[in-house]
Amino acid sequence: MTEPLARTPLFDFHVALGARVVPFAGWEMPVQYSGIIEEHIAVRKAAGLFDVSHMGEARVRGRDAAAFLDHLMTNEMSSIKPGSARYTIMCQPDGGCVDDLIVYRISENEFFICLNASNAAKDIAWMQSHIGAHQVEVIDECKSWAQLALQGPLAEKILSLATDLPLVSIKRFHFLVGTVAGTPDCIVSRTGYTGSAGFEIYLPAKQATSVAQKLIELGKPIGLLPVGLGARDSLRLEAGYPLYGHEISEKISPIQAGLGWTVKLNKSDFIGRAALQKQTSEGTASKVVHFTLSDRRIARQGTPILSGDTVVGEVLSGTLSPILNKPIGSALVQSSADPASLAVDIRGTRIPLQIAVAPFVK
Amino acid sequence: MSQVPADLRYTKDHEWIRQEADGTATVGITDHAQAALGDVTFVDLPKVGKSFNAGDVFGTVESVKAASDLYCPVAGEIVAVNTGLNDAPDLVNREPYAGAWMIRIKLKNSADFAQLLDANAYQLTL
Repeated sequence: MTEPLARTPLFDFHVALGARVVPFAGWEMPVQYSGIIEEHIAVRKAAGLFDVSHMGEARVRGRDAAAFLDHLMTNEMSSIKPGSARYTIMCQPDGGCVDDLIVYRISENEFFICLNASNAAKDIAWMQSHIGAHQVEVIDECKSWAQLALQGPLAEKILSLATDLPLVSIKRFHFLVGTVAGTPDCIVSRTGYTGSAGFEIYLPAKQATSVAQKLIELGKPIGLLPVGLGARDSLRLEAGYPLYGHEISEKISPIQAGLGWTVKLNKSDFIGRAALQKQTSEGTASKVVHFTLSDRRIARQGTPILSGDTVVGEVLSGTLSPILNKPIGSALVQSSADPASLAVDIRGTRIPLQIAVAPFVK
Repeated sequence: MSQVPADLRYTKDHEWIRQEADGTATVGITDHAQAALGDVTFVDLPKVGKSFNAGDVFGTVESVKAASDLYCPVAGEIVAVNTGLNDAPDLVNREPYAGAWMIRIKLKNSADFAQLLDANAYQLTL
């Protein structure tokens, strides 16, 4: 059953930069270059360049594209203006998550969608299976695109050295299409998964290496580092962003995950609406909470959450916050449990959870 | 290439051990191990006076990505632990063979030492 691992167009670039490459979601990806903590801090203080070409892309176009996406997604798609983007969940009928996505509106009847690597094939099959009577086509563009994320307070300065696009005019969750480092037809979007300012750049796969090399060359003198998936995870958790398979999944709905703001119950009917409406009005048996620990031990995924001697949940994600310099995490916990009573047992040491409101770092 | 000092002994689990003049031995983890772990954030060490058999878990080293058990290379009693690692766990990354020693152990059988891998043998496992 084991499929061969895929490589992004930047594989040789990673190896040349001394990355440690590991399997992730069917891809050989860099987990770190110089070190997770150093890379994390570079993104918070200067800038980091991530290869996220493992992420999938799909294009949805046709007369009914907006109505079709409104039927599939929890957030409202028909009100997105061309040139802007919106975060959304795509749900199952029971309210569990198929995936979380960013949908870009290219024009009135054309949308571009960023999919999680591990879900890309499932998502595209799901969308195609729900076309029904809609006048729309769903095109798999995963292999056509590479994706770079340039994140951090100096990201805009660095990118401005590589493009004539008016970056200042791109507001958060907006995008422009243009030339970056000599490569035309790049989608430059002011979005990200770190909690720091920055851009995500979708570019033709064949040009990925030359663009990445140019950005590193331009940014290195002011502190840009290549950043791997290790720091991508610690950054997103510090920012309180969900990761599919952790805070959201086929078993954990957006309502449970605290993502109710992405669920527009008052728009036209959509897959999962009835279940999510019920969860919203009646509450859910369990919900996602964030926490810090006053200890050095990290509570990792799967660690049981205790209230007294009773197991009332489990850790979904855990890491050390390099900025707070203490362990942070998320957990799925029974809604009836007293938040003040929660603790984890890590190798025989009982540590109380301190419930926190994400983002951990503003 | 990771460093493998010639004057130490090793386990296949990537601990190093150095025989001291007073009959004790000092234990830490190798350069290869620290590089594989990445940024070390915490080292959980046993209390002085505790005894272990060879191969027992004597502690845990945590990095951002994972927690890994530490295995006692020889049987004996803990006579000292490096409390400096509480405040500076990153010493494991910076000085795996010096500042980041972890435990000092009084060997039950000094002959056990000869059973451990020498530098050449350990190098071959990498």
